[in-house]
Amino acid sequence: MYDIKALYEAASVEEAIALLQAHPQAQIIAGGSDVLVQIREGRRAGVELVSIYGIDAMRGVTCDDDGTIRIGSLTSFSHIAGSPIIREKIAVLGEAVSLVGGPQIRNIGTIGGNTCNGVTSADSASTLMAWDAIVELKGPEGVRRLPIQDFYIKAGVVDLRPAELQTAIIIPRQAWEGYHGHYIKYAMREAMDIANLGCSVNVRLSGDKRVIEDARIAYGVAGPVPMRAPSAEALAKGRPVSAATVKAFAKAVLDDIHPRDSWRGSKVFREHIGVEMAKRALAKSIELAGGALDG
Amino acid sequence: MAKQYKLVRCTVNGKAREVMVDVRASLTDLLRNDFRLTSVKKGCEVGECGACNVIIDGECFNSCIYLAVWADGKDILTLEGLEGPNGELSDIQQAFIDEAAVQCGFCTPGVIMSAMEILNEGRELSDEEIRIRMSGHLCRCTGYENIFRAVKKTMMKRLEAKKGQ
Repeated sequence: MYDIKALYEAASVEEAIALLQAHPQAQIIAGGSDVLVQIREGRRAGVELVSIYGIDAMRGVTCDDDGTIRIGSLTSFSHIAGSPIIREKIAVLGEAVSLVGGPQIRNIGTIGGNTCNGVTSADSASTLMAWDAIVELKGPEGVRRLPIQDFYIKAGVVDLRPAELQTAIIIPRQAWEGYHGHYIKYAMREAMDIANLGCSVNVRLSGDKRVIEDARIAYGVAGPVPMRAPSAEALAKGRPVSAATVKAFAKAVLDDIHPRDSWRGSKVFREHIGVEMAKRALAKSIELAGGALDG
Repeated sequence: MAKQYKLVRCTVNGKAREVMVDVRASLTDLLRNDFRLTSVKKGCEVGECGACNVIIDGECFNSCIYLAVWADGKDILTLEGLEGPNGELSDIQQAFIDEAAVQCGFCTPGVIMSAMEILNEGRELSDEEIRIRMSGHLCRCTGYENIFRAVKKTMMKRLEAKKGQ
C-alpha cells in the first residue's frame, strides 16, 4: 500500500482543475513513475493526489493543417516514439524519449510528467528546448502558452500556478520545418539509467547544403535546468558547413554551460564530454540534413 | 481520514472481474492479494526490476508503480493467463525451460510478459530490438543470454508457423 492520504480521479481537464482548486494541498499524479517512487521512498508520504492519468483527451500526437504539432501531455514515451508524425517531422524526439528508463517505464512515463517535474536530466526536455517547444497550461484563469525555456524556473520548479496543469506541448511549423536533429545521452548503462549529460542539436541547412542557416543546441544536466547554448548557436548561424565550424561551435558551448560536480560525474568531465557531444551531435545533424563535412 | 475505496471493473486473464479497491493499493497488491496471481512478484517495488511486469491493453507495465484504481476498464494479462485449458505451458514458457533461461525463477514471469509483448507483434525483430525490448528486467542468475535465445527461438518458430499456414 502506498502512503496516500486521499486520491481524487479526474476524467477531464476541467474536473482536474476543479479538484485541484478544492484540494489545494493535492499534488498531480500523471503516470506516477516519479511520484509513486517518491511516495515509496517516503519523500511525499501522506500526500493527497489528483490523478489525471484517466484523461484520455490529453493523449496523442496530432498535426494541424498549418503544421502545428501538438503532443498531449499524457502521451507516453513509447507512443511518442511510435507516432508517424514524430517519426516524419521530429524523429530526434522519438529517439530521445526511447532512451528514458526501460520499456515498461516508457509505456507509463508521460512527456508532461517528464517536463513538469522540472528535472534537468529529463531526456525529453533538452530536445523540446532545442526545438523551441511551447508549453500549454490550463488553469482556473484559462489557457497560457509559454516557451519551454520560460517554463523552467529552477531545479525541480516549473511555472505551474495553483490548480494549473500542463495539457500539451506544441511545436510550431517554423520550429521544425527543414530541421534535422540528433540527441546524445551519456550514461553509464544503456537502459534504466539517468543521463550524466544529454545533448540535443538540430540544424537547417541552405538549399545547396553548404551553409548552416540555423543551429540549435540544448543540454540536460549542464545546469540546474535544461538549457540552450546561445553562444554556440550564434557562432554557427550563417557559417559554412565545415569541420572548422563544427569545432568552433562545440568549443563555444563552454561559454554557456555550467555543470556541477556530482557523484554521477565531475564538472570538468561534463564540460569535456559536453564539447565532444556538441561536436558529434552537430556533425550527425548535418549529415541527416544532407550536408557533408570536409575532411 | 477514513479509508477510501473504489469499485474497479476489469478483465483479468480473460475473466471479467469486479472488485472494491483500496485507493492506496498498487496493481501488484490487487493482483496478488485479491486475485492470488502470485506470478506477479514484489521485487524492487519502484519500477526498476520488472518482476511485477504485466500486460495491460497490450502493453507492458510494472504493476508496482501502477495504481490499482487505474485498472478500471482495462484488460490485464499475467503469466497465469498463458497456460492452456489443462494447465499446459505456452510455447514461450517451454522455450524458457528448453534454453535454461530460468534459474531461481523470480524474474521469469515478468520477463516472459515482456517476451509476450514482442511475440504479439507478429513480426521479426532484430537482435538489437529484442535486447532493447527485454531491457526492463533485472536477472541475477542467467546472464540474460539464455533468455534472449528463448525469446528469439519462440519468435522465429511462431513466424515460421504463420508462414506455413
